[in-house]
Amino acid sequence: MDSIRTVGVIGAGVMGTGLAQSLAQSGHEVVLVDRTEDILGEAVDAVRQNLRLARMLGGPAPTEDRELVLKRISCTTTYEGIEAADFVIENVTEDWAVKRPVYEVLDARCAPRTVFAVNTSVIPITRVGAATTRPDRVLGMHFMNPVPMKPVVEVIRGHHTSQATVDTANRLLGQMGKRSVVVADSPGFVSNRVLMLTVNEAVFLLHEGVATPAQVDEIFRECFGHPMGPLATADLIGLDTILQSVQGLYEAFGDSKYRPCPLLTRMVDAGHLGRKSGKGFFDYASTLA
Amino acid sequence: MTDHKPAIRAFLTQFFATDTLGDEDDFFAIGLVNSLFVMQLVLFVENQLGAAVDDEDLERANFASISAIDALVRRKSSVQAAT
Repeated sequence: MDSIRTVGVIGAGVMGTGLAQSLAQSGHEVVLVDRTEDILGEAVDAVRQNLRLARMLGGPAPTEDRELVLKRISCTTTYEGIEAADFVIENVTEDWAVKRPVYEVLDARCAPRTVFAVNTSVIPITRVGAATTRPDRVLGMHFMNPVPMKPVVEVIRGHHTSQATVDTANRLLGQMGKRSVVVADSPGFVSNRVLMLTVNEAVFLLHEGVATPAQVDEIFRECFGHPMGPLATADLIGLDTILQSVQGLYEAFGDSKYRPCPLLTRMVDAGHLGRKSGKGFFDYASTLA
Repeated sequence: MTDHKPAIRAFLTQFFATDTLGDEDDFFAIGLVNSLFVMQLVLFVENQLGAAVDDEDLERANFASISAIDALVRRKSSVQAAT
């Protein structure tokens, strides 16, 4: 089986930037697509900086000249060069109205053999597949942030995804020095369904006065050995994102176990969104933001 | 030789409470570090403390504590003075 040489990365936000770096560092040609030259310029600057600081950030350090790695990333606002992509990973905003038109362009311009991976934590993979003429060659790849430092990816098989497509995705991950855990398509997959419900339940404990935020997190850190408790994790992700995900699960399953805790809703309404607003379950005013 | 520790401590105060932070305490081990902080710390050492940081200096050990950063800056200034 041929190796995958050219990878299209759609969306140059935090995830797309990390992916472009990880792919280029492992020798792939990257076609990086976003809406403006400014966003693409910032992404390349971020990759340059991250390559320089790789050893301090704990990721794999570049084994060759940084400029050689950067040269493998070609930026475009017009999808120029996407025809050459053997594999495309899409990372645009988690909003179907934004993602859908991207797949129309990709489906029309990419070769029929090209695999499309949706980098998502929420969008149903089967729905994305149905928007293309190649649902057997569409799958989910839920990369974790920061991409260069996270060795395992949650891979999601859509209703029509073929085994050959899963094999191709695993081959690409192998080339990147990563591996997968392959699961079926279901709202929230494994990662978000369990994490969001855990966070929501932890908020219910505060709401009911069973424990303080510090106590909840201490139990997870000190008793279970998690690097971070569920409430500090929620503050890092952003409470608005958490609420949106819990609401998404509630709508998808229609099961009351996913009902958002009223305290979570109230905190979002109050503007306590976590680290990004300086306050969530914990206070970040005098600590590292 | 200039003692850079007060300046380093003042810089760190922008990111986290330093009242209880000892000169030898490892920020990486305490978990006070994110990528934005690392970038700003390196820029501070280069631009404000005037140390020419080479790629091979970009190791956690050189930036992990107030003392480590102070030692790095002294080492780099003596190299600059000698050349």
